[in-house]
Amino acid sequence: MTTDETVQTTPVGPGPTPGSAESGTARVPRLAEGESLGKKDFTSDQEVRWCPGCGDYVILAAIQGLLPQLGLKRENIVFISGIGCSSRFPYYLDTYGMHSIHGRAPAIATGLATSREDLSVWVITGDGDSLSIGGNHLIHAMRRNVNLKILLFNNEIYGLTKGQYSPTSRVGQVTKSTPLGSVDQPFNPVSLALGADAGFVARTLDNDRKHLTSVLQAAADHRGSALIEIYQNCPIFNDGAFEVLKDRTSAQARIIHLEAGQEVTLGDQVAIWDEVSGIRLVPREQADPARIVVHHPEAADPSTAYALSRLDTPDMTHVPMGIFRNVTRRTYDDAVREQVAAAQTAPVTDADIDALLAGQDPWTVSA
Amino acid sequence: MPLSPAGIPRCGGSGRTADHDGTRGAPSHVVGISHSVCTARSTMERTHENDEDIASMSTTTVKRLDRVIIRFAGDSGDGMQLTGDRFTSQTALLGNDLSTLPNFPAEIRAPQGTLPGVSSFQLHFADHAVLTPGDAPDVLVAMNPAALMANLPDLPRGATLIVNTDEFTKRNLAKVGYPTNPLEDGTLESYDVHPVALTSITVEALTGFEGLTRKEKERAKNMFALGLLSWLYTRPMEGTELFLKAKFAGQPEILAANLTALRAGYNYGETTEDFANAYEVAPAAMPAGTYRNITGNVALALGLVTAAHKAGLRLFLGSYPITPASDILHTLSGLKRYGVTTMQAEDEIAGVGAALGASFGGALGVTTTSGPGLALKAETIGLAVSLELPLVVCDIQRGGPSTGLPTKTEQADLLQALFGRNGESPVAVLAPATPGDCFDIALEAVRIATTYRTPVIVLSDGYLANGSEPWQVPRTADLPDLRVEFATEPNGANADGTPVFHPYLRDPETLARQWAVPGTPGLEHRVGGIEKADVTGNISYDPDNHDHMVRLRQAKIDGIRVPDLQVEDPTGGARLLVLGWGSTYGPIAAGVRLARALGTKVAQAHLHHLAPLPANTGDVLRAYDHVIVPEMNLGQLAMLLRARFLVDIQSHTAVRGLPFPATELADVIARAVKE
Ligand SMILES: Cc1ncc(C[n+]2csc(CCOP(=O)(O)OP(=O)(O)O)c2C)c(N)n1
Ligand code: SF4
Ligand SMILES: [Mg+2]
Repeated sequence: MTTDETVQTTPVGPGPTPGSAESGTARVPRLAEGESLGKKDFTSDQEVRWCPGCGDYVILAAIQGLLPQLGLKRENIVFISGIGCSSRFPYYLDTYGMHSIHGRAPAIATGLATSREDLSVWVITGDGDSLSIGGNHLIHAMRRNVNLKILLFNNEIYGLTKGQYSPTSRVGQVTKSTPLGSVDQPFNPVSLALGADAGFVARTLDNDRKHLTSVLQAAADHRGSALIEIYQNCPIFNDGAFEVLKDRTSAQARIIHLEAGQEVTLGDQVAIWDEVSGIRLVPREQADPARIVVHHPEAADPSTAYALSRLDTPDMTHVPMGIFRNVTRRTYDDAVREQVAAAQTAPVTDADIDALLAGQDPWTVSA
Repeated sequence: MPLSPAGIPRCGGSGRTADHDGTRGAPSHVVGISHSVCTARSTMERTHENDEDIASMSTTTVKRLDRVIIRFAGDSGDGMQLTGDRFTSQTALLGNDLSTLPNFPAEIRAPQGTLPGVSSFQLHFADHAVLTPGDAPDVLVAMNPAALMANLPDLPRGATLIVNTDEFTKRNLAKVGYPTNPLEDGTLESYDVHPVALTSITVEALTGFEGLTRKEKERAKNMFALGLLSWLYTRPMEGTELFLKAKFAGQPEILAANLTALRAGYNYGETTEDFANAYEVAPAAMPAGTYRNITGNVALALGLVTAAHKAGLRLFLGSYPITPASDILHTLSGLKRYGVTTMQAEDEIAGVGAALGASFGGALGVTTTSGPGLALKAETIGLAVSLELPLVVCDIQRGGPSTGLPTKTEQADLLQALFGRNGESPVAVLAPATPGDCFDIALEAVRIATTYRTPVIVLSDGYLANGSEPWQVPRTADLPDLRVEFATEPNGANADGTPVFHPYLRDPETLARQWAVPGTPGLEHRVGGIEKADVTGNISYDPDNHDHMVRLRQAKIDGIRVPDLQVEDPTGGARLLVLGWGSTYGPIAAGVRLARALGTKVAQAHLHHLAPLPANTGDVLRAYDHVIVPEMNLGQLAMLLRARFLVDIQSHTAVRGLPFPATELADVIARAVKE
């Protein structure tokens, strides 16, 4: 991380002009004038089977509340999940949906999104699903920048298989498979996503419906891969993992609310650039004003966003929440479709296929 | 040096060109460039006799042969595959029937001049129907000592040997362990040896090319060899010239050098006294029509594109590179003009996942791979079985287990394709018999996948993938109509009468569920890999429902309509049946032909459908006293047939990474008859 004086205040590189980029749902058919949908329209007839108190309930309710606001035709929305408690999600939403196999949802969704530009495609995944077995697909979906909204339900545990540690479990965490405490170094999903060059990266909390909804709305508008880490409580196997972020007073002392164009602060502390550790929080009166970090999620270079993601500590003494990065670049699916469209100058006829089959060097045998 | 488009005139130097389209392939006429200027020959009747002296020339005579097997062998860097390909194209244009066997190491460039680095290309061409690339070459072109050492054991006595003497240096001989020079020590006594200083003559022919290094000049020696062989077997060279012009369009000097070397090789044949004869092989009698030469991989790719066109679906390929399947990805990625989307995925799992996602969206999802990749795709194929969506999975088999023999052929993925997934997970499995048949099998795979909403696995292999044969080009309009209909409206109703969509409601005939694609209003539904209730598709852990669904998925595959197994038995009196599947078709047919020529009564049948098997399979097996099943594995089909039909089957197997020699199978037949 450089701490060059110029880095801190100005966004780097020729980022897109805000507002000029095509929306993530621009090619998805919208409801007709006067038509509207409600939460009920997005509620399937299936009985929801998560444990009582599971954070997944509130996320489901938030999404069922958000989807009608997108103004899209319901039949053009698709949710694809992997395997895990969280991955049961599509069954409870009355859209098109696929509950696939462990870790593979980003790959399946990539095929769907690439072949259908008229769909709004969402991926639902858990911390084990996306970061362990499916880690490869996750990073490649983000690298390619496929127009997918990836909702990573992070409960820092394997819920469905009853409580083994996951790639986000903290060092020392005692679980069914780590009776003496986990020795695995966890992933920070936001850092990972930024490392994979995801254009939209955010973090939010299951029970903060307003924040969750606003982040998801921004993700839907973003054209390209969006990774949203949602801290989700599993009351059965990892209860209270995010409690310090939920209790009003302790949350105030810990959550860094990332706001575009605003200084990065926590209470009376402010984030500054530091030669050694990238970004660091210091009491405001000790901060050199020239080194104060102003949040620019639209900065083309992900370095600052990455440095912010490293402010996290395992004990959650300070946790940035909000949109770390929101940068538009060409999506894989748009680029693939453009190549095909450019090559396909006219509809394919039988005669075209005849010529293709005959190839360059045919010969004729006459009767 | 400009070349006339008609190539180089022979027989007295007239520059008159042949009318290719008018005469090519007509069985009662001898055609080709040289023939039109040799009137003595052009009126001759076609004959199958060997070595008939049909014309005399200034320095050589042209003899007619009924068939020739040539093997080009050299270092991996010598361009033998290209040389073989070009010779094949020239031969195809003359209307000969042919079959090829490229054989190359897995390493791109093994150390130069070593045995592991030897790459070869065998071509069998004839004036009659050809079934295999041939057991033993009549002609071996050996570009270095390693190529000679590696291939000499396959060469029958009396065969022709063209050797690049320049490479037979002390150092190169030592590299492969020749204590003395085989060109001088009598090793090659029983062969018709033609020593040619290929490298130095090529370099000399390119004296004027000052912009080229010696290395670059030497690299053109394969074109010299091709020119020489083109003269020796009276092959037209314009196709190769056009090919070179396209290939080196941006490098005029390299292009000119290659053209010069090609021509120099041709002229060398004509002027040197070393070759007493040149040869020609008349066109084979083939049904009237348009033909091209095609490899299995290209045929498969074109079959998929054509099937998508006939189905009215967009083709989506998700694939991860692996030998020998990658050429399908290469070919399809160049066919965007036909609406084809290709995605090179991060791994095989993603390749099949993306294909399945595309199928969910209403495209024709296809994935291509080889054995190791099929293993990785297993779980996703199982998901497709549960989702009951169309999916075409092409496994171009290679030697296994593990990495095995990447560039060699094998048929050992049959049981993996049929059973290599968790749970009862039935899929349709098909296997093409010849390179050209890959096209038909692609259409059949798409028909089954879309009609029955099921994954279909196509088992091709390295031999079919890279081998080529003349293929009669079909007319698109004559091919089967594969049009597909998506669900458009609800197919059921709630208790209160509201219309609903039941994703697992089935067509009573095919047992297929409807294909309801996102974007269709009113049909919103969820599918998944968890067991579901029939009709509604809701998650169900009910024991009886699971039993029902397991049997239903099997019944759907069992009920796929496939054509009956055809038995070929010219006398009708055979008591012995040879049954094969996949790429063993050619070798088996050739072996059967040899056996029949000796008066043996033997029947042949070949399976294209491995799941489900044709309905009459059991009846066919039981109709013979003795059934032989040759396979390039340890008897996988034989085991299956024994278990299924309780028929005692003689399993004949070999896993050498090469197709069966026809003679080996003829021996197996002969021994079985004696018993
Ligand atoms: C191939 C495969 N391996 C293992 C499993 C078992 N399995 C199901 S879910 C899961 C972990 C789920 O953890 P996470 O993704 O964090 O989801 P959560 O249940 O916590 O929401 C595992 C290991 C499986 N279904 N498939
Ligand atoms: S195990 Fe945990 S994550 Fe899974 S449903 Fe129960 S509470 Fe939710
Ligand atoms: Mg989890």
